This record gives sequence, structure tokens and C-alpha cells, in this order.
Amino acid sequence: MQDDKTSAAPAIELIDICKSFGPVRANRDVSLRVEPGTIHGIVGENGAGKSTLMNVLYGHYQADSGEMRVAGQAVILRSSADAIGLGIGMVHQHFMLVSNMTVLENVMLGSEGGPLLRSGKRETLNTLKRLADDYGMEVDADAVIADLPVGIRQRIEIIKAIKGGARILILDEPTGVLTPGEADKLFEVLRALQRNGVTVLLITHKLDEIMAITDAVSVMRHGEIVGHRRTQDTSPAELARLMVGRDVLLSVDRGSANPGEVLLQVSELACTSSRGRQVLSDISFDVRSGEIFGIAGVSGNGQTELLEVIAGMRKFEAGSVALLGETITPGAPKTPAQIRDLRVAHIPEDRHQFGLILSFDAKGNAILGYHQSADYGSGYFLDEDAVATHCNKLMSDHDVRPGNPALAARNFSGGNQQKLVIARETDTDPKILIVGQPTRGVDVGAIEFIHRQLLALRDAGCAILLVSAELDEIIGLSDRIMVMNGGRQMGILDSADAGRDRLGTMMAGIAEAATP
Amino acid sequence: MTSAPPLPRWADVFVLPLINLFVALSVCGLIVLALGENPFVAIQVMIKGAFVYPGSLGYTLYYTTNFIFTGLAVAVAAHAMMFNIGGEGQAYIGGLGAGLVALWLAPMAPLVLVIPVAILAAALFGAVWGLVPGYLQAYRGSHIVITTIMFNFIASAIMVWLLAGTLMQPGQQSPHTAQFAVSGQMPKLHDMLNALSFNVAASPLNLSFLLALAALFGFWVLIWKTRIGYEIRAVGQNPKAAHYAGINVPLVIVFALAVSGACAGLMATNEILGVQHRVVLNFTSGYGFAGIAIALMGRNHPVGIFFASLLFGALYQGGAELDFEFQSITREIVLLIQGMIVLFSGALAYMFSAPLARLLARVLVRSKPVEGEA
Repeated sequence: MQDDKTSAAPAIELIDICKSFGPVRANRDVSLRVEPGTIHGIVGENGAGKSTLMNVLYGHYQADSGEMRVAGQAVILRSSADAIGLGIGMVHQHFMLVSNMTVLENVMLGSEGGPLLRSGKRETLNTLKRLADDYGMEVDADAVIADLPVGIRQRIEIIKAIKGGARILILDEPTGVLTPGEADKLFEVLRALQRNGVTVLLITHKLDEIMAITDAVSVMRHGEIVGHRRTQDTSPAELARLMVGRDVLLSVDRGSANPGEVLLQVSELACTSSRGRQVLSDISFDVRSGEIFGIAGVSGNGQTELLEVIAGMRKFEAGSVALLGETITPGAPKTPAQIRDLRVAHIPEDRHQFGLILSFDAKGNAILGYHQSADYGSGYFLDEDAVATHCNKLMSDHDVRPGNPALAARNFSGGNQQKLVIARETDTDPKILIVGQPTRGVDVGAIEFIHRQLLALRDAGCAILLVSAELDEIIGLSDRIMVMNGGRQMGILDSADAGRDRLGTMMAGIAEAATP
Repeated sequence: MTSAPPLPRWADVFVLPLINLFVALSVCGLIVLALGENPFVAIQVMIKGAFVYPGSLGYTLYYTTNFIFTGLAVAVAAHAMMFNIGGEGQAYIGGLGAGLVALWLAPMAPLVLVIPVAILAAALFGAVWGLVPGYLQAYRGSHIVITTIMFNFIASAIMVWLLAGTLMQPGQQSPHTAQFAVSGQMPKLHDMLNALSFNVAASPLNLSFLLALAALFGFWVLIWKTRIGYEIRAVGQNPKAAHYAGINVPLVIVFALAVSGACAGLMATNEILGVQHRVVLNFTSGYGFAGIAIALMGRNHPVGIFFASLLFGALYQGGAELDFEFQSITREIVLLIQGMIVLFSGALAYMFSAPLARLLARVLVRSKPVEGEA
């Protein structure tokens, strides 16, 4: 972090910024220096606290503690108006444009210049022309927003942010919605802004963008800054490693695997999102009984979609999934219930959205997905006593605390909620288990417990597909590891060959290892 | 922007509705006072009119029956997080089903056959009228609120067309069907009780009231005791988790709306089979909409729905008595008073929730000794 050219005061300096939402500590002691006239990247996984930090910078949120300086002056931002007054502009991840108005009307919004629009219009037109000349940001002032491509809409957001002479521009995941060509144009604009002395803060989780355009980069994880690097001195592999962290230390000894027959086979799978983006392309792998097959990757690279396709929750376009000999294709899909009936259990990535019904009590959640089973009643009726007995058994076997089947799921801690989900899904003695983020938001003690359970299940002959954003968890538990980037598989490694450097490089989408 | 602490369940279920009722009655008292009448006398008249005068209880329970069915209709859908405001139309079409069976079957079959078939027809017709908007919501994404409103209008138009046309009683000028034969008329409770040599005043109360009580029980069993009820609640509370759990979310929505429509349709057994004995124009007269307030006030629970329905029934019957007793309190003022109850118990049902929760939190904390204070 030593800097030899500290002639000017930093454009932005943050010292020990903390911000919590209830029990969630979104930012912890964040310190950051952004040199004037640079493009500074902030990378981290989803939920690492990047957007919170930027909203603090922009005055949307007030920090709980810590200090903020703009151009050397200590400032307190109470609203985004304060930030704008200090020359800070922000382009949000989700555009804030009125889609049935013209470009001119949108840019004018907030500076109409009086009850009649004439003078405001004239001024705005001048501004548009000036920005087009200075930065090459050409736009058609009379076009209606709804008719414009996403790249141009984003350009209008940038114009809105800097029209008042902002010297600091914050962009939150600006390329998430852009095509590669539009992203290149955006980068040209950002470089032009930089040449004119504007400081740019770029938030992203895409490492290639950081490498392509930034001068310096700060990495966030779990609400903390875990490293500052000068872009020329770092590599995507190092950044990926920093992003996914290394604080999960496995204390569980993993015996060698004893893989048997192939139970899960995925062939040439392709899937597009509802918005038409290709989220999975050409994925092929198989998982044998008695092994844990890990999928490594920065989150958001297709892992979620892959799990959903296998669980029957998501339609896909091409390829096939074979579960215990039953083949699922786009033309012959199976429902999540049919797949569960094959004794495929699924621990979803997001227990709050998918794994649990938070308003139901624990016993209601203990049978979620298995509520049609003859074990819990006869005919159309549910037998409450049987359900409660089952829940009590799950809770004592899996150490769910407090062991109260009548307590609403939302009143359990994150770790105990997860243990309840895992208990439910593993209690049926599944043949295939698909697991997403088994230990996200879980305390250390529960992590070890969960890891032991997964290994015990493996040794009992279950085929386990494991997705985790924690690289150490993948390395520590998996027998084979597939790396995903941008919806593609970058290669499959035996875990003995998979060092963190090699995985980190593959996660960054750089080198493709040969599939063994 | 401090959020209130959670309200204890007993307070939400018992205290809050009583506070709402009290506030509503207080406002009504002020209105009565402004009209130059004594509000305490007025409320006595209302209570006597609803429960004490001969036959008044029968009338109250007859209104209650209507409210139970339409309240249940809203509640079933609400458990699937669907807002069915088409109870009016579903009840109307349910009346068509009951009427067609009674007109066709009653002249040639005994009561024990006609009435059950007519009840089934009312439920079935109502179910279809709820099922279609449910299907449009679940599979085509048309919003249930919009479609159920539209279906109210469609039902209304169909009924006018039928009652002023095909189904109109021959030789008559008013839009209603011919009267059902006796075996198509739901027995009155006072007739049955008098036959058992109890001496009970005449009222429109009929066997449908017992059907309504059975429906309340059936609703409780369905929602809390069956697998499909579990699925309905799961879909309502977290559709994503329901999908993950293998529940056929669209199908459950369609089912819930069909059951909802059936409940509304059953209202016709009271109005058409029990009282009018013919299908008449606009016999639903707002009961379908009142069901929304009933379900809200009753917290979508059968016990709550029963008491909310009883309250509304008492208001309807007692209100009529007010109109009768006081010169200055007209039919319109009675409607206004009923509207106040709907406003405070329905639309503003949670207005006092946050203040009550804060108050309770303070009182409960104070009553417990705080340990470890510095």
C-alpha cells in the first residue's frame, strides 16, 4: 500500500467505515484510498458489501462509524444530494430512467430550471453537446428511452451523473447488462473521463474488467477489505483467491474415496436465463456413488442454474441429465417432485428463499418436499404427531437448537436453519445429494458438523454434487473438482492436482486445463 | 423509522379486533350524537334488535350464514396469497347452479335428493367461476384481482340476460325465475324446532346455517390438517420454496381458487334455496365484498370468521332495528354505521397494530425485572 506519488490528496479516503443492518455487518472497518484521476476497481463476490460501501459513499446510507474524506476534507454525507454537491456521481446497477420520456427529458430531470421548461431544455441541450464533444458520449436527445439499447441507456445515466461537473464517478456493476461490444464502448468513455481528470470507482465481480481498465483494485470479502493491489502488480488468479477467501480451515480428515458406479451424468447441458442470457453452455460431467464432486467458481458463473436444472426447477435448452439411469431432456422433463422421488435430495443454495418457509414452524419445514410421503399421514391427511416425531428425531440427530418443533423457522439462527435443511434432505438416505453453499452464513462449529455429515454420506455411497463459493471448502471436501466460468466448464481436476493457484487461474477464466 | 416490535399472537387475534370495534363504535356514537340521539340508547336498541326481540336472533344468524360463506371464500384464497374479490360473482353464479337444479329436479324428486344436489350445484358453479380466474393467474399471469372483478361483471351480465330471458317466469314482468317446488326449498329452522314442540319465532334462518358451520370446520381441516392444505399454505407463504419442494404451484393456486369460489357459491344455498325460493336479480347484494372484511377481521381463521360474521350479522339486523326505532336515523345512516365497522375492522385493521405492539412491549418489559442493570 505504499504509494510514492502522494503529491495530491486522495480523491476519496475512507477510514474504518462500519455499517450494519440489524445483525448483519455489511461493512467492517473498511479503509480505502482512491488517488485522483485514476480508475479504481472494487471487486468481491455478491454480498461481499461492495454496494453497501458505495451507497455509504453516495450518501444513501449513513455509516455507523468511521470517517470519510473527499479531496482531503472530512465530510459527512446525509443524503445523495450532499454527495452530488461534493461532485460525486453514481450510476446504479439498475437504471433510474423514465422509460417513456425522451433522453432530453431524462437528463433534464431535477434541473428543469423553473416552471416553464424552455430554459432548462436549452441548457440541457448545451450540456449534452459539451459532453459529446469532450468525452465522445453521443446521444440522440429526442429518442425515447424505451427504444434505446441498454448500452446507450447506461450512457445517459453517466451523463446524468456527470452533467453537474462531478469529479468522482461511481459505477455499480456497470457491465452486468451489457454485451461485450457495449462494454468496450463504456470503457472508452471511462478512459476519456479519466483523461479529463475524473476519478472513477468501478464495482464489479468480473476480474477481466479489473485487469483491462483499472489502475488499482481493492478486494472485498464478507464486508471487509482483504487487500489492495496495483493492477499491474497483480493477477486475476491472485484476485480470485482473495475474493473467495481462505479462512475456512478444514479440521475434518477426509479418507480416500471409494467411487462406484456413475449415478449422475450431465451431458452437453445448455441453458438460457429467462432474459435470454446464456447461463450454461456445454456442461458435461459425471458423479459416481461414494464421491464428492465439487464445482469451484466465483458465484454467478452458472453454478446456481446448474443445480436448479438438475433438481428439476429450471427448464433447459439442450443436453441431458441422467439421474440413476433416468434421463431428463428438454423434451422429457421431470418435476422437482419426480426427481425427489428418485431419491435425489437437494440442499438449495439459498435456504431463506428456497430451503425453508420461514413463517412455518420447524415441523412444517421438516417435511417440506416430503409432505406427500406415507410416513406422515394416510390419504389426504397429515398426521401431526408423526410429523412432530419426525421433526424431533431430525433435531436430536442433527443437533438443531433449540429443539422445539413448534418454533417458527425464522426464529432459528442461520446455522440451525441450515442444519434443519440438511437434516431433512439427508435423513431419507438419498442416493444423490446436490448441495449448494452448505455452510454459507453458518458459524464455525456448525461448519465442521456439516462437513462431517457430507463426508459420512459420501462414505455411505451417496453421490454428492457440491457447489460452494468457498474455495477451501471445495478443496477440502471434493474428490474431483470442476471449475466454472461464464457458464462454461474450465476443466475437471482430481483434487490431488488442484492447488488453489491452479484453481484460481481457472476460475478467472484464463487457462483451460485438460479434462482427465 | 423505528419498526414496532412484533405483536403477540393473542393480542393480534383478540385485542386488536376489539380495539378496532371499539373505535368504530365510538365514531358511530359521535354520528348518532350529532343526529341528536343518545348513542347509549341506540346501542341498546341495536343489541336488542339483533339478539333479544322474538325472531331477531334468527335474522342475525341468517345474515351471519351469508357472511360465513363469503368470508371463507376470501380466506381460502388468502392462504394461497391470492386476493379473491370475486365472491360476489361466484355467489351469483352459485345461485344459478342451485336454482337450475331446484327448478328442474324439485317437481319430480323428494327434498332429501333435491337439496343435496342443489347444494353441490351451487358449490360447483361457484367453483368454476373461481377456477377460471385462478387458471388465468396461475398459467397466464393475469392478475387475480383484475380477473375476479371482471368476472363479477360478467356474472352480473349473464344473470340479467338469463333472468330477463330464458329463465324468467312465464307471464311475469319482473326478472326472476318461477318459484321452486316445496322439495327445492331448504327447511327453515323454526319450522323444524316447532315440529319438535319448541316454540320459536319465525325467521329466515334455515338449514344453511348448519352447512355454514360445517364449512367452517371443513375449512379448518382442509387448511391445517390435509396435505393439500399444507401445499396451499406453502405456496402462499413462499412460492419459491414450494416449487423447490416439488409442489405444483400453478395447480395449487387453481385448486385454492376453485375451493374459494365453491365457498362463495354456497352462499346461494342460504339466499336462494333457503329464503327467496327462486333466483332473483342481485340477490348477493354486497355480501361477496363484505367477505373481504370478514376474512381480514377473522384473520383467515374459522373461529375468527365465525365471530366476525356474527358481528356483521348483528349489525345488519340491529341496524334495521335502529332505522325502525329512531326517526332521525335513516337507512342511509345505518349503512354509514356499517361502513364505519368495515372501515376500521377491514381497511384499517392494522392501524393500531404498531402502537399496541409498542405499548405491550413497554408494559411487558416493565413487568419483568431487568437484570444486570448498571
